[in-house]
Amino acid sequence: MKKFDRRQIAARVARDIPEGAYVNLGIGLPTLVADHLPRDREIVLHSENGVLGIGPRPAKGMEDEDLINAGKEPVTLLKGGAFFHHADSFGMIRGRHLDYCVLGAFQVSVAGDLANWHTGAPDAIPAVGGAMDLAVGAKNVLVMMEHLTKDGKSKIVERCSYPLTAARCVNRIYTDLAVIDVKADGLHVVDMVEGLSFEELQRLSGVPLRRMATAA
Amino acid sequence: MIDKFIDTAQAALADVPDGATVMIGGFGNAGMPAELIDALVAHGARGLTVVNNNAGNADTGLAALIAAKCVRKIICSFPRQADSWHFDKAHRAGELELELVPQGTLAERIRAAGAGIGAFYTPTAFGTKLAAGKETRRIGERDYVLEYPIHADYALIKADRADRWGNLTYRMTARNFGPIMAAAAKCTVAQVRETVPLGALDPEVVVTPGIFVKRVVRIAPLGKAA
Repeated sequence: MKKFDRRQIAARVARDIPEGAYVNLGIGLPTLVADHLPRDREIVLHSENGVLGIGPRPAKGMEDEDLINAGKEPVTLLKGGAFFHHADSFGMIRGRHLDYCVLGAFQVSVAGDLANWHTGAPDAIPAVGGAMDLAVGAKNVLVMMEHLTKDGKSKIVERCSYPLTAARCVNRIYTDLAVIDVKADGLHVVDMVEGLSFEELQRLSGVPLRRMATAA
Repeated sequence: MIDKFIDTAQAALADVPDGATVMIGGFGNAGMPAELIDALVAHGARGLTVVNNNAGNADTGLAALIAAKCVRKIICSFPRQADSWHFDKAHRAGELELELVPQGTLAERIRAAGAGIGAFYTPTAFGTKLAAGKETRRIGERDYVLEYPIHADYALIKADRADRWGNLTYRMTARNFGPIMAAAAKCTVAQVRETVPLGALDPEVVVTPGIFVKRVVRIAPLGKAA
């Protein structure tokens, strides 16, 4: 079996974003998705700090400190882009105007509950940012994460042990091992990396999985 | 004649009392009113409640205000950063209270204050730690959390251009919290890159109308002294 690396997971997510979609890419890992969006599709990227139509990273020396994304990295603006204030930006999110958001996660439950903002450690300083708004607001919530923790435990769980970001919000999970849909009747495996058997994926995941009807 | 221009940041903040609630605009460095924050540190008001998206970075701006022990409480969405050491230290020492609010709820609570809304229901944070103890309600098929506005005594914001009536335009993502904080505070102080004669701003592109702004200070960009 050959696990996907981060770029391959990002490329796999990008493949599923259709022409015309309005998309928010969360900070960290999901930002990589931007580099893999098919060039023949017009896809509009949103950032919480008040911009639609984000373009590629600026060339060195061309950064403008007034033009950044939610990760506070310098970006560029495409033709057709627009700026707006923070309340409008989150109105777009909560108001169900975004077609997709892509978020990282600590854990996702079989019901689609998401935990991605707080480890629950008593001395940790929590920071939530826009994660809770995106999780309840986007029409499709896609999660990108490693399938297993560093000590080999499944990050797809029966119930999240970390504090929730939102309940029953995740639509699809992309990991270094598989692509899994969260449906009312459970988890459906859409795709697996080469050389991984369904039985092995089931064993590693530790929660009940179903084969997609169309999957071999 | 209405003239909201004030010569210095110090003069614009001279009446901030101890215990005031102060909104500070900006997201990262974009839209952060650095010179106004410096003036607030120098002014020395204590026991402030600060509303900002973050809780300061490195040793300047809001971080310097915290380091100077001027802040009693912070209302924000994302305090933890690699370089938020002044916040981390004061918070862990029990000297600085934190009210953590989801970013969209923070923005909407600020907007609600400026718009005269008494409270609102949002789906964000329902069923999470951040909604613990809050009133909830099922409306249609969804569950919501009741949230209240955040009013402020002062808002310190950064805009791009202003006329003497206080009409403001912004520059790119530096707009962020500026327009909503301007409306939510009793006294909004804007630092701007450029001041222009009345009538020079196209009314179609004014983002914050002067009714929301009390004082305007021009801060010349570095290397371009007044």
